[in-house]
Amino acid sequence: MRRAGIAMVAVVALVAVLAPALTPNQPDFRFPDRAYAPPMPVRVIDGEGRWRAPFVYPLRLADRLERRYEEDRTSPVPISWLSRGVVAQVSDGRHGPWLPLGADGSGRDVFARLVYGARLSLAVALAATLGAMLIGTLVGGIAGAAGGVVDETLMRLSDFVIVLPAMYVVLSLRAALPLVLPAAQVFALVAGILALVGWPIVARGVRAIVAAERERDYAQAALALGAGRARLLLRHLLPAARGFLAAQAALLVAAFILAEATLSFVGLGFPDPSVSWGVMLQDAANVSAMADAPWTLAPAAGIFLLVLGVNLAAPTTLSR
Amino acid sequence: MLRYLARRLAFSLLLVAVVSSSALLLTLAAPGDITSEQVGTGATAQSMAAERARLGLDRSPLEQYGAWLRRAARLDFGTSLMYGRPVAGLVAERARNTLLLAVAALAVALLAGVPLGVVSGSRRGIATGAIRAVSIAAVSMPTLVSSLVLVLVAARTGWLPTGGMTSAGAAEARGWLEAAADLARHMVLPTLAIALPLAATIERLQSQATAETMGERFVTAAAARGVPPRRVLWRHVLKPSLRPVAAVFGLIFGNLLSGSFVVEIVTSWPGLGRLMFDALRSRDLYLVAGCAAAGGVFLALGALISDAALALVDPRLRGRQEVRW
Repeated sequence: MRRAGIAMVAVVALVAVLAPALTPNQPDFRFPDRAYAPPMPVRVIDGEGRWRAPFVYPLRLADRLERRYEEDRTSPVPISWLSRGVVAQVSDGRHGPWLPLGADGSGRDVFARLVYGARLSLAVALAATLGAMLIGTLVGGIAGAAGGVVDETLMRLSDFVIVLPAMYVVLSLRAALPLVLPAAQVFALVAGILALVGWPIVARGVRAIVAAERERDYAQAALALGAGRARLLLRHLLPAARGFLAAQAALLVAAFILAEATLSFVGLGFPDPSVSWGVMLQDAANVSAMADAPWTLAPAAGIFLLVLGVNLAAPTTLSR
Repeated sequence: MLRYLARRLAFSLLLVAVVSSSALLLTLAAPGDITSEQVGTGATAQSMAAERARLGLDRSPLEQYGAWLRRAARLDFGTSLMYGRPVAGLVAERARNTLLLAVAALAVALLAGVPLGVVSGSRRGIATGAIRAVSIAAVSMPTLVSSLVLVLVAARTGWLPTGGMTSAGAAEARGWLEAAADLARHMVLPTLAIALPLAATIERLQSQATAETMGERFVTAAAARGVPPRRVLWRHVLKPSLRPVAAVFGLIFGNLLSGSFVVEIVTSWPGLGRLMFDALRSRDLYLVAGCAAAGGVFLALGALISDAALALVDPRLRGRQEVRW
């Protein structure tokens, strides 16, 4: 189970890293006459039931008003592998683009957007996780090592933040900043806000571990040998929290991907030219369009896969 | 008991005050105000300044906060700048809608999650494996995903309305029975979207708690006395094993609020989350504070219910409840 989970997360990460090599089309290119075009699956059996090398049937716009598309079964287009720096693409340009997962309402390649969206979504989540882990480890480490009033104050503070509904805190903080910002600033702000909301759970865990380890013989021995408090914390106590931190980081990445998706979904995330899973879901959220073009919900599947992978990989109470 | 209640009440009031104050201050500090939306609609600088003065937005943020605080202490939460209605009435109406969803979702989640957890925690076999697999999948389906998928299913099959709270003209045209049926139909989708991941979470917790309780000596003793296994499970094991679920109740209420926000947006449910979101975006100061206060009350209620539930299932805890913030 754990292996399967790690594999799922690895697949998403690998896809994000390799994005340019996987996508035959650019994520922000609007193909004319391809609005809500359906997916074009790879086929290996042709119309007469014979096996052939993988190919796709090109699409033809049958009715512009109804956005009806037909497969042109007379001219199958073979897939060319590993050419022009892309793993798979269709060779000739005469039959229009290959849209493996169809197109969205603006005629953009859903597959390319999904893959590039994974990059931005993962990047924000990773940055935020790093921030939350740093703050959480620092606060938890100090609280656990210091004890007393410092401990009490810091833990009350983190308890307070944990009790608040996280999504509303994120939403309020984001809405309090200028609503329209360039993508780079949105990246920094969203990552910062998420880190600010996510640290208390890390802090609580680290504190519990540090406070317990502090009483152990080896820690007392280090103190007796003249190790300073900072050295004791960094060299001896925090390494004990490694396992917890690794699991927590995985859970935070999943939670933050979801939070970014929610923010972008309601229009407080990344502005238009940038692609994240939330931005895609916002584009897809129109009920009537969604019913006719369910492939625009692909990022929901991406989120599901990632959260499932993390839940299986990280040893939490929920996945045992 | 009295002391406990007094403490709990004091902390609840503090929570509500802190949450609504910070929401108001945050909105005061945010760039722009309610008049910003008029930019480009032909409003002149003078007319906008006059509007600000009329609404009292030209005072310093601290002055505005002080004025709000004085009025809020007398339970006057001001008038929404956006809707021109008293905040209290507006928030109460929307909070009722959110509460309706939350209670329904919680009921569904408990009724599905606890029994399934008891079953999967007490035996091994195909059923247990199936419940566990479905549960892990559903735990991994956050409300953003679950609500979109349910809306997609509803839109493609036409089985259920995909959004809103009532059909057009339903309330006026027919009797209350049909109006209630109409409301129930509209509730199914958002309720399920919230309840699905929640039920799975509860099932997982209950399953582990049941498995642990099965190993207790009083269970062996009951079995040795000849109590039928079914009775051991549903009488002796169930109650003490409810403790972990009861303990996370407080957190579940927070989750319900957070989760219902997305669902309210996706399914156009006129609840507190949407109201708060709209208020935040248009810088409707007093409405933001009012929504936050309602959220605080909600959380405080959740903590109270959580304590009560814990005391109910575990007699050892009665009389020495800890206030956990």
